[in-house]
Formats: sequence, C-alpha cells, structure tokens
Amino acid sequence: MSEQEHEHDISPLRKLLAKLGLVKVGVEARKAVSFGDPSAAVGGLFWSILSVLLVFLLWSLAVHYELASPIFMPPPADVLTQFWLLVSEGFRGSTLWEHLGISLYRLLFGFILGCVFGIPIGFAMGLSKVTRGFFDPIVEFMRPIPPLALIPLSIIWLGIGDASKIFLLFLAALWIMVLAARSGVQSIRISKIHAAYTLGASKSQLLIKVILPNALPEIFTGMRVAMGVCWGTLVAAELVGADAGIGFMITVAGKYLETGLVFVGIIIIGIIGAAIDVAMRKVEAHMIPWKGKA
Amino acid sequence: MAGLTIDRVGMIFQLPSGGEVEALRDVTFDLQPGELLTVLGPSGCGKTTLLNIIAGFLMPTSGTATFGTGEIAGPSSARVKVDEMIVGPSSERGMVFQQGALFEWMTVSENIGFGPSMKGTPKGEIADIVDRYLNTVGLQGFGEKAVYELSGGMQQRVALARCLANEPELILMDEPLGALDALTREKMQGLILKIWDETGKTIALITHSVEEALFLGERVFVMAPRPGRIEKEYRLPFAKRGLAESLRDIKVTDEYTEKREEILSLIWEMEEDIMGKRELAPEGAGG
Repeated sequence: MSEQEHEHDISPLRKLLAKLGLVKVGVEARKAVSFGDPSAAVGGLFWSILSVLLVFLLWSLAVHYELASPIFMPPPADVLTQFWLLVSEGFRGSTLWEHLGISLYRLLFGFILGCVFGIPIGFAMGLSKVTRGFFDPIVEFMRPIPPLALIPLSIIWLGIGDASKIFLLFLAALWIMVLAARSGVQSIRISKIHAAYTLGASKSQLLIKVILPNALPEIFTGMRVAMGVCWGTLVAAELVGADAGIGFMITVAGKYLETGLVFVGIIIIGIIGAAIDVAMRKVEAHMIPWKGKA
Repeated sequence: MAGLTIDRVGMIFQLPSGGEVEALRDVTFDLQPGELLTVLGPSGCGKTTLLNIIAGFLMPTSGTATFGTGEIAGPSSARVKVDEMIVGPSSERGMVFQQGALFEWMTVSENIGFGPSMKGTPKGEIADIVDRYLNTVGLQGFGEKAVYELSGGMQQRVALARCLANEPELILMDEPLGALDALTREKMQGLILKIWDETGKTIALITHSVEEALFLGERVFVMAPRPGRIEKEYRLPFAKRGLAESLRDIKVTDEYTEKREEILSLIWEMEEDIMGKRELAPEGAGG
C-alpha cells in the first residue's frame, strides 16, 4: 500500500481508538521500528483508565471477600459517604473548606516568604564573590537538613500555631529557591552578557533586561520543586500539634480509627498536590514559552 | 569614522596551576575606516583573544589598542590621558557572536531594538530603526516572531540586524556563521558583503574556514599559535568582486583556488610544527 493514511480518511472510531492509545495512525503507523523511540511511549489513555478501574476493582474485591476488616480497609462506598459527610457537616468544628483554607494559607505564606528571601539571596550569590562566600556555608549546611527534622525546634521557638508551620515551610522553600536563583544567574552564556554591554546596557539594565529573564526558567523549576516539598512538609507539620488543617484532620481521624476519613484525607492531599503542579506548569508555559528551546 | 590601531599588543594568561600561556605576542596592525578584515587561524592562535581586546572585554598585558583618538584599554594607563580612555566595551564597537547570543525572552523586533532602547530612544523611532534593519537582513514580517521559532540562519540575521541597529562604527564578528549549514553559510556570506558595501562599516571577522576568509576578506590575517601572532597578511580582490559576481563563480577561478591552496598549506605547516609530522601522516596514523 503506497498511499499514506490522511487525516480526513481516518474514521471517527479510529480517531477515538488512537486517542486511547489502542491503534496507531499517521506517521506512527508507518514506523518500522518503535521500541526505544520515545514517541512510541506517549499517550496510553486506555491503560490509564484501566489502571484506575483496576485499583477500585481490587479494593472492592478485598472488601467483598473480607480479606481485611473494614477498620483496615473501608469499602469505597463508605469512603464516599465520609467524603459527603465531610463536605456537608465538616470535621471537628470546621468545614472541609476551612481545613483546606488554613492548609493552603500556611502553604502559600511559607512558600512566598521562601521565594521573596530566597531569590534575591540566590541572585546576590550568583553575582558577587563576597555574597557567594558569605552565604555559602549557611546554605550548604542548611540545605541537606530535612525540614521535618526542624519541627521540634520550630515548635519550641514559635509554639504550635501558624507561625511555626509557616516558618518551617519558609525554610523548606528558602534553600531550594536560593540554589535555583543562583544557578539561573550563573547559567547565562557570557556572549549574552557581552552582547548587552556592546549594545550600551548599563549594569542595572543588564540585570533587569538580561540576567533576570535568563534566570526565570531555573527559578520556575525551583518554584515547582519547592512547592512540592512545602506541600509534603505542611501535611507532616500538621500531624504534630495543630488544631485545624488537612494534615490535622487525618491525624485525628487515624486516632479514632475512622479509616474512611483517613482515606478521604489522603485522596484530597494527592489531588491538591497534583493540581498545584499542573497549575504551575500551565503558568510556566504561559510565562516562559522559550524554556527548553534556547 | 574612526580607524583602529593595534600597537605591539601582547596577552599573557596566568594559569591557576602556576604556568602561563602567551595568547598574543607583538600584534601590530591598522584598520582603516571601511575596511573588511578576516582573521584566520587554527584554534588556540589567539584570534578570539584579539577580538575580545578590540571589543574591550579584555585588557592586553602589553601594547595598546586605539580606536579613533581613544585608547580602548591599556596596561600602562599613565601614558594616556584619562579623558581619552575608553575602558571596557562600548557601543561604537558592535559585536556579532556565534549562535546563542540573542535574547530568547524577546521578540525579533525587541532584540533588534535593544541597543536603541538602552539609550532611551523614543518608541516610535525604535520602531522605524527596527523596520529598516529587518529590511536590510531580509526578515520583513518576522518582527513579532520569537527568536526560537527561527532557523539558525535567520537567528544570525537577527544578530546582524541587532548589531547594525545600534549604529556601531566598527563591527566585530566572532565566527558568526560557524554553526550554519553550507548552503545557509554561503547566503549569509553574500549578505555580509552586501551590508559592508551598503553601510561602509569597518568589519573585522574571525573564522576558521579558509573559504570564508577568502570570500569576505579584503585583508586576511593568517594567525599562528604558541605564541599567537600574525603569521602572514594577504590583500585579496575576492570580496570586492563578490559584490558584483556570484561567490560560486569566484570559487572556481584559478586565482581563487591558488590562493586557497597557498593558505591551506601554510596552515598545514603550522599544524605539523605543533602536532609533529608523524601524528598527521595520512597513512599509519590509525585514525
């Protein structure tokens, strides 16, 4: 067969099957070798749907054949009911939205503080020997310490309120942002700097028009990493000493063996974490369209 | 228009390990306004160092580089009146770099208008300048494109336009066509000749392609390494001819091939002096 399959020749059914990843169309269908080709491992939507269904199926079967007691493994329907109760009635005097709101407030406050301090420090380190030398020992010492190891200290210093959690998230984001900004500054090609000088740029113009935008892709990558670390740190921080928040919710639910509610909490934490990353990637694609194309 | 005077310029780099490298020794030449110079030489012959000194990115360890009446940068500033010093880079000496020196976060137009906007030129005027130079390099209608959407050849056209838009008196080019494919490269060589002819700018271009040096050099310096120095200077007719004739016709003339072979054997001799004849022998080298 010499004719190529054209877009308009493909039946709607084949298009749907192609979208699901069950048949190949176009160039993909004409490739004689595909094993190892990265484009051969893209978009298996059918298999994604299958994996989600399979998890629910195994879960239901385990409950149905009483492989585990409901205390360990509540039935899916129970989890849904718990979710509905949480949405309609709340938990421990606060609605779901209040728990989520307090968690997101802590998350954003700590994250933004980390960026506001981390990015300028990183820039200063990337631009001068003095600031680099000055901050290097502090950054190198603090960077490998897991934020969770600082929970006791933050509680001793700032108590169990919001301040200690925000402080912890600030520290979690700070070092990541310092390093991202520093490497963003230093990743510039010297010819870009030289070009700007020969075109008459002053130092401040160079900083704002060239060095800063050049560092944005790495700063943004740092922000995504920092956001992920902050979310994980927050949930852990709320497990220890808190009176509201999504982490507090699953701790208390766990203490009273309300396993259904623990499941609801875990699912919400997973979905929000993924949603934050998707949102940040969208913003990134919009703000830094040149990323990876330079 | 100002001329360039390079007087006994030497450059010695101190290595962190304690040794030193003599990148340039006793380099002396004049470049008159409107001249087109190409600098050719094997890697390590100091040609980029020389260009960086002229641009003002580096200060030589001996000798002086003077542009017009001002010294670009010198080791013995006591001999020069302070008000005549032009230390460091300046917009009168523009530079076209290898690929990767454009600002990806700006459109083609914003890149070209970068120089004028740094000087605070009014927006309307910048738009006129940008239009004019988009025309010069044949990129009409590409102003709103992103830099990364363009091919390598088109990106270097933008780089040329960005340099020209700043109205430099001397244009330095550091292997601007080095990363381009052969066909695009020939087209760009024609464009550089056309721009030289139309603007009357002084241009100094470094390259490691003998053909390019011959096509584009009214004057050609062949540099030799260790220490970096000007080994031989040629004055050639091909650049002027290239304005009227096609470069491809010139390429097959006897005069051109003779000069090319002469320069090639000169460079081979230099390579053999450095590397030793055995290693470069065509047989028995084992790759």
